[in-house]
Amino acid sequence: MTTTVSAPLDVDALRADFPILGRTVREGKRLVYLDSGATSQRPRQVLDAEREFLEQHNSAVHRGAHQLAEEATDAYEAARARIAAFVGTDADELVFTKNATEGVNLVAYAMGNAATSGPEAARFALGPGDEIVTTEMEHHANLVPWQQLAQRTGATLRWFPVTDEGRLDLSDLDGIVNERTKLVAFTHQSNVLGTVNPPAPIVARAKAVGALTLLDACQSVPHQPVDLRALDVDFAVFSSHKMLGPYGLGVLYGRRELLAALPPFLTGGSMIETVRMEASTFAAPPQRFEAGTPMTSQAVALGAAVDYLSALGMAEVSRHEHDLTLATLAGLAEIPGIRVLGPGLDPAGAVTDRGGAVAFVVDGVHPHDVGQVLDDQGVAVRVGHHCAWPLHRRLGVPASVRASFYVYNDLADVEAFLAGVREVQRFFGVV
Amino acid sequence: MQLESLYQEIILDHYKNPHGRGLRDPFDAESFQVNPTCGDEVTLRVKLDGERVADVSYDGQGCSISQASTSVLTDLVVGRPVGEAFKKLDAFVELMQGRGKVEPDEDVLEDGIAFAGVAKYPARVKCALLGWMAFKDAVVRAEGEGRA
Repeated sequence: MTTTVSAPLDVDALRADFPILGRTVREGKRLVYLDSGATSQRPRQVLDAEREFLEQHNSAVHRGAHQLAEEATDAYEAARARIAAFVGTDADELVFTKNATEGVNLVAYAMGNAATSGPEAARFALGPGDEIVTTEMEHHANLVPWQQLAQRTGATLRWFPVTDEGRLDLSDLDGIVNERTKLVAFTHQSNVLGTVNPPAPIVARAKAVGALTLLDACQSVPHQPVDLRALDVDFAVFSSHKMLGPYGLGVLYGRRELLAALPPFLTGGSMIETVRMEASTFAAPPQRFEAGTPMTSQAVALGAAVDYLSALGMAEVSRHEHDLTLATLAGLAEIPGIRVLGPGLDPAGAVTDRGGAVAFVVDGVHPHDVGQVLDDQGVAVRVGHHCAWPLHRRLGVPASVRASFYVYNDLADVEAFLAGVREVQRFFGVV
Repeated sequence: MQLESLYQEIILDHYKNPHGRGLRDPFDAESFQVNPTCGDEVTLRVKLDGERVADVSYDGQGCSISQASTSVLTDLVVGRPVGEAFKKLDAFVELMQGRGKVEPDEDVLEDGIAFAGVAKYPARVKCALLGWMAFKDAVVRAEGEGRA
């Protein structure tokens, strides 16, 4: 974790770094971008880093005997080191993938390959009688791969339920995570509810029974200080494009000794040690898990993104989003006919362990229609089930509207959003 | 404000007071369609009487566009020959996929012309077509079973 002594965010100044925030939408309206939970916007510094790499250093990494190859390799590996420092790990414990979804699948498929790999991989193998644990609030990316792994291996999938308030129900932690459990996969912060889950008790219980843990950190790493080593999880994934970086790049963290024993998932060039016609041996991690030409300029740009976030200070980023979340929850509470999914304000007007994603439904108006009327006012939100269909089913709604915040949002955005919600109700005649 | 071009009064009327809603017996075939991006769903039943659409009944949940469009569908196809219903279906699909450049024929589509504005919002076209795709699928199944 890079620690920076920093002042509260100067949002007016940093908005100028994001060219897209200068455009208008829907006939001249100011863009109020409240969909950073889906994908964030990128500052000039990140766009420039990618362009500078491509204009000055572009070349294939980890091969070639020329100066550009050296520079490209240095830039790629230096970015890995900076990203690793940002989340409190060492560089050789970070694997670049196509996206976070691929990171989860990498672990799931590698575990599936363990049964036919060497003895060092035995600890990852699973079969009938073994259990995989996830939660009812997961993004599909941290649910479907485990369903599939269970199906392929005969293992059983179990999950933590969600309370009415939108918290993980850990009351049966010791029953759900037990001596049969091989892996516990859970989200750090719900992409729908904003709920921040407590890794400590889950990790402690998993360790006690010898189970592995995988943390979906896609919604936490961009928004709060995260030290993966301190959290003591075995694996974690996060996503470049949700933290000011480019598309096409996800990051998988794995504890060094685990990556060393984990069989490969995708195989081919760049990930080998020796290749003969009969068989091959594999490179040490992280290269073992980076088959083919990697996302080089994207990794360099993500390095610039973590520099940008570090300069702001992640504690300040978190505080800023918390302020916007409080203002949003307070504003929505004043509008009749709104139901916020997930943790709301307590009587003192505070809320803890809650990030800047606010999902809600408007009585009498379908979420798609809510989003459409907001869009007409320049307010960009996400509608639907946000890739968390079981969670919506649990909360008794087919879909929801989600506003999500990031560094470049301000109270004017919150006010425009709240005015937009009132306009939704007026337009559809439900008030 | 472009919203009024999308949410025509006719659409909002059908949304608030849907025609033909509720699943009914007897029926020849049923189709379940879902829009996986938003979770909207419709279950639609068709009863054929020879070459004529005798009844269309449906249930589902979804936005105003998907619900109103299914309501309009029942008005347009019930009591008509299958061939004519499919001509209306083709005209509606063409209108929806026309990006706002197709001039709808009111003689064919009646209340369906109110959806012309939807075509300018690509993300909503799927909503408008949900019930229509269910109808097409159900008729194909019903005819298949009739021949079997």
